[in-house]
Amino acid sequence: MTPQPAIATTPFDAAAVRADFPILTQEPAPGEPSLVFLDSAASSQKPAAVIEALDDYYRAANANIHRGVYRLSELSTGRYEQARHLVADFVGAASPRECVFVRNTTEAINLVAHAWGRKHIAAGDLIVLTVMDHHSNLVPWQLLAEEKGAELAHVTVTPDGRLDLDHLDALLRREPKLVAFPHVSNSLGTLNDAAEITRRAKAAGATVLIDGAQSVPHLPADVQALGCDFLAFSGHKMLGPMGSGVLWGKKAVLDALPPFMGGGSMIRTVELTRSTWADVPARFEAGTPAVADAIGLGAAIEYLSALGMDAVRAHERDLLAYALPRLAEIPGMTLLGPSDPVHQSGVVSFTLGDIHPHDVAAILDAEGVAVRAGHHCTQPLLRHLGLVATTRASFYVYNTEADVDRLVSALHAANRVFGLT
Amino acid sequence: MVDSLYRETILDHYRNPRNKGSLDPADYTYADTNPLCGDEVRIDLRVENGRVSDVKFEGRGCAVSIAATSILTEMVEGRPLDEVKAITKDDLLEELEIPVSPARMKCALLGLKVLKAGIYGVAQDDE
Repeated sequence: MTPQPAIATTPFDAAAVRADFPILTQEPAPGEPSLVFLDSAASSQKPAAVIEALDDYYRAANANIHRGVYRLSELSTGRYEQARHLVADFVGAASPRECVFVRNTTEAINLVAHAWGRKHIAAGDLIVLTVMDHHSNLVPWQLLAEEKGAELAHVTVTPDGRLDLDHLDALLRREPKLVAFPHVSNSLGTLNDAAEITRRAKAAGATVLIDGAQSVPHLPADVQALGCDFLAFSGHKMLGPMGSGVLWGKKAVLDALPPFMGGGSMIRTVELTRSTWADVPARFEAGTPAVADAIGLGAAIEYLSALGMDAVRAHERDLLAYALPRLAEIPGMTLLGPSDPVHQSGVVSFTLGDIHPHDVAAILDAEGVAVRAGHHCTQPLLRHLGLVATTRASFYVYNTEADVDRLVSALHAANRVFGLT
Repeated sequence: MVDSLYRETILDHYRNPRNKGSLDPADYTYADTNPLCGDEVRIDLRVENGRVSDVKFEGRGCAVSIAATSILTEMVEGRPLDEVKAITKDDLLEELEIPVSPARMKCALLGLKVLKAGIYGVAQDDE
């Protein structure tokens, strides 16, 4: 991908972006507040362009891909592979063949754990993860480590929610086979220096997987600049359809791997008792894939590219800079994570007095503000920080300062309900 | 909706839970968690002549789960064990007098699940 200009030439017009999202511009039911959606870290809303791409595919191009000799199948295959090109350009892949369509980040990481992990991890090998990882970048490695007798170690996290890079260096001296970490913490928004972590891990001889679920949708993520071996991300968190996701892997690394799942499309020849494998990426796409969803992801990437990922990142940084001091003024507010727009994505996690996050989220919901409450699939991280649950608000391209104002006002309402102010 | 969910009785039971504490020894004791949100409830029961003579609970969780468990302990205190065994989720929800959404049902019913599991000696998924 050609790097975007560092400064957007036109101011980011979030109100205009918002108008592209049908779910956000719905008339609320009588007496109900309008929707303020602050849970994009879980799954984003979809612009009309993506919904129309899905609709158009099913109306005009639906047929199973590959091997069909009729024109409709060729059309469908062409659109599917065009989406792969868009994905490749978006993350700076050397070739579309490096991009495997999967259902989500979880599946992408499991693919690596099965195909790469079973081939390369042996008894006694060390796998380095982090305390801030999402369960989806912890559990697949736990399963692998148990199967192989490998060892897991986790880079610790400072009280303000950053990775302890001295601890990373100490673990790297033990020459791990794999280092896997999140580019951005889904729970705290911490923006990790992924290129630097990767540089150190590669210098120690490790293979590197970056969980890009919270970064690829929100900032320029270029695999050449990052220097990693694998990048996993979800389409549904970046304006694309549910059930779309991508594993990017270096061609030479993917080429050497055995399959993940067996079935149609991933073979070269099949005999009754043995088979040979198709080239990548087909080797990793057994069975009929989610064709329409991949095409929808392509439409989402075109939408984001038109906005410019530098502009997207700048918009979220500005919203966070607007939100943090306003949230900090609320009685009982404890902000978690770096609380620093430069080192934090558009995710803000907090606790409010002794009000349970589920109660906070329920009161916010009544005010029309959708946020997430709970452990955010990061139980070890919250336990490390002495917490059970937090309330989390996350921003995206369609959020505005008015949304932040509604969040702040609803949090004051929560304080009033619980008699704290 | 918030005014009805967080009505004064619920907030009162949350801030001043009835029968808070533990019993040692207890005839029945059981603890469980709601894996979704990490809420924890433990209930201890003493039974004399087939009746619940004393009940105490310890809990950590949201207002709905703590208040519901507090109200539940008031429902069972002094009642015959047979009647306690017969308490249904609808009985408890009726007592709470609040609209519980599907998302909060596990919070409202955690205490009852723990109580039943304690009495029957096994975990019951009272869905």
